[in-house]
Amino acid sequence: MENKSSKKPLFHIVKIDDISGPREWAIRAAAIIAALLLCAVITTILTGDNPIEIYKTIIEGAFGSQRKTWITLQNISILLIISLALTPAFKMQFWNIGGEGQVLIGGLAAAACMICIGDSLPNYLVIIIMTVSSIAAGAIWGLIPAFFKAKWNTNETLSTLMMNYIAIQLVAYYTIVWEVPKGSGKIGIINQNTSAGWLPNVGNKYLLPIIVAALITAFIYIYLKYTKQGYEIAVVGQSQNTAVYVGIKVEKVIIRTMILSGALCGLAGLLLVGGINHTITTTIADGQGFTGVMVSWLAKFNPIAMVATSFLIILMDRGAGEISTAFGLNQSFADILTGILLFFIIGCEFFLRYRISFTSDKKERRESK
Amino acid sequence: MKKMKKFIALALAMTMTLTMTACVKKEAAETAAAPADSAAAQEAPKEESAPAEEKADDAAAPAAASDLKVGFIFLHDENSTYDLNFITAAKAACEAAGVEYVLKTGIPEGQECYDAACELADAGCGIVFADSFGHEDYMIEAAKEYPDVQFCHATGTKAHTEGLANYHNAFATIFQGRYLAGIAAGLKLNEMIDKGEITADQAKMGYVGAYTYAEVISGYTSFYLGAKSVCPTVTMEVTFTGSWYDETAEKEGANTLIQDGCVLISQHADSMGAPTACETAGVPDISYNGSTESAAPNTFIVSSRINWEPYFAHIIDCAENGKAIETDWTGDLSTGSVELTSFGAKATAEGTEEAVEKAKAELEAGTLHVFDTKTFTVEGKELTSYEADVDTDADYTPDHEVIKDGYFDESGADFRSAPFFNVQIDGITLLDTAY
Repeated sequence: MENKSSKKPLFHIVKIDDISGPREWAIRAAAIIAALLLCAVITTILTGDNPIEIYKTIIEGAFGSQRKTWITLQNISILLIISLALTPAFKMQFWNIGGEGQVLIGGLAAAACMICIGDSLPNYLVIIIMTVSSIAAGAIWGLIPAFFKAKWNTNETLSTLMMNYIAIQLVAYYTIVWEVPKGSGKIGIINQNTSAGWLPNVGNKYLLPIIVAALITAFIYIYLKYTKQGYEIAVVGQSQNTAVYVGIKVEKVIIRTMILSGALCGLAGLLLVGGINHTITTTIADGQGFTGVMVSWLAKFNPIAMVATSFLIILMDRGAGEISTAFGLNQSFADILTGILLFFIIGCEFFLRYRISFTSDKKERRESK
Repeated sequence: MKKMKKFIALALAMTMTLTMTACVKKEAAETAAAPADSAAAQEAPKEESAPAEEKADDAAAPAAASDLKVGFIFLHDENSTYDLNFITAAKAACEAAGVEYVLKTGIPEGQECYDAACELADAGCGIVFADSFGHEDYMIEAAKEYPDVQFCHATGTKAHTEGLANYHNAFATIFQGRYLAGIAAGLKLNEMIDKGEITADQAKMGYVGAYTYAEVISGYTSFYLGAKSVCPTVTMEVTFTGSWYDETAEKEGANTLIQDGCVLISQHADSMGAPTACETAGVPDISYNGSTESAAPNTFIVSSRINWEPYFAHIIDCAENGKAIETDWTGDLSTGSVELTSFGAKATAEGTEEAVEKAKAELEAGTLHVFDTKTFTVEGKELTSYEADVDTDADYTPDHEVIKDGYFDESGADFRSAPFFNVQIDGITLLDTAY
């Protein structure tokens, strides 16, 4: 750490090898508190509104009534499923930023089933076919970049990203094919009068995705932590050379993991189309394929922690609407607050990994001058 | 040493905070700059570019005269002129009637619309209104669940077939407004012919449309017929952008038309693309849903728009006095729902105002019909019979004879409020029909 040059730096950045639990959580808590304080200051400066009232309104927007609570839980579930789907790939250091396309193509498959066979087959059969085809479509969308990566080591960041655009254009094309009425560029609710291919209500119309999300959370947790395949993913992610050395077939792991990742995204698409919206549009995934990446990384690939991170994002999202309701602010204001919050949460990772160490001796610095 | 440490830590924290505040403020400034780009618009199936965040905008009304509460659902916020037109009318109508209102903006055309409608009903709204075409199916779902709440939807097509007592559609005879704007366009062409700038055969107009949707077809055809009523040699080319708001595509579309020899441009899409392209090229422009004279002072002639305030006043009156709201409500010139802006100071031809006033009086009196079958031909023949797809279905089945007493009864009382004119008439060339 000795610096012999005439200009002595005031501090050094030192890597922390092992951070203790309490310290880690203290830094995180400090980051959130700092973010909330900054949000409060900015709110007061820009709008003159009381920040405490704004925070209260955010909570009300998410949990203000029974229906609001259900919608919030449903939205958390969908984001959580997509985040969980991306997690095995990221843990393997495979940069799957194609979640958006995998969700869309799964949704498109579901919509195609509802439109084409909704009237001709019994409903339970339609739903089974929808489920299978959505999952398969998502899996194929994941498989294609994985195959090229495994065979020719192509850059998966680019190929998964490009697969998104192919999916979006396919949906745009079929929107025109299936539009009602002609020329409107909208499909509208599919089978609105017959409800053919609508996923069944379990208790109420919001519960199904919540149950699915809970099951997938448990599944991914066990899969990554306790199974041989999960272990192989971790080894490939740490070092491909080690994986090869211990006899893991890296290509096979990459392809298998991406099929799983894509299939779960396809399932999210099924829930969005068959269970929630009953239509397909190019924006139905609403960027959650990308938001999911953040949710997954923020939680350090821990499925249980992902419940918390997706909750945080949806809370801010739902609260955004209510803020504007109560205060007549533009929607962008809530986005600013969310941005600040995320900036601090992501920024605090720096302080979890590094320590700022100040030049240790006053005397030394005086000498160096 | 300790003091130094503290000082530096503080300085660091301050710098960080300042940097971030600066970033945030810049973001806010950019957001504020965005609305300047938006332009005139007014149509049905809106683009789905809305962010998914459910978002609301609200201004609780002052002392309410009755306990009625009206909920409004908008696709975007006031940065979109399409929604701004509704928002302004909603506020004005509710404040005039002294009723409480809730505005929810940025609601996408998906389940979010159903959720928003139900939340408004849960919150005690007696009327729930939605402004975008794609909201319709979700409004119907909500209407089924809340039979005691009135659900009103602008630009929709399904109320008359859905059979729900509490679900209603509304639109206005904007084709009349476009016909009048077309007269202004035709007179401008005549002026150009008289001045020798173009020959009578070169009187070609261009039109930037969004989709090949009946509402757009009805719009450009009525505009063309208005121009043709004063300039018989006029022809028109139409291009489609495949989006209700795409500034680049609209600008490109307008430029293509201008290069193609079009000497006057009009539009049915939301952005300032076409008006600014016209101003740059010095080509006269008829815009839509609000004056664009400030941005295009040398080329702006006139613009038509739907004023939704009469409809809002009407449904509030119905709900307060226990009257039934019409299944399909069609506003027109006489209800004050269809309006023209004031004429552009520089580009407007002489005598335009008088000619437009005269035609307006005839339209109101019912002596003049926009889609009079004697004024246009289809494949060289007069249209004597036409079945239109009035009852929306996935196969686009034509189901109603809509020609009566020698005119196409667009938005007629026996049919539905949303336009269904989708005939390709002679004199209009479609450059692309991919959308």
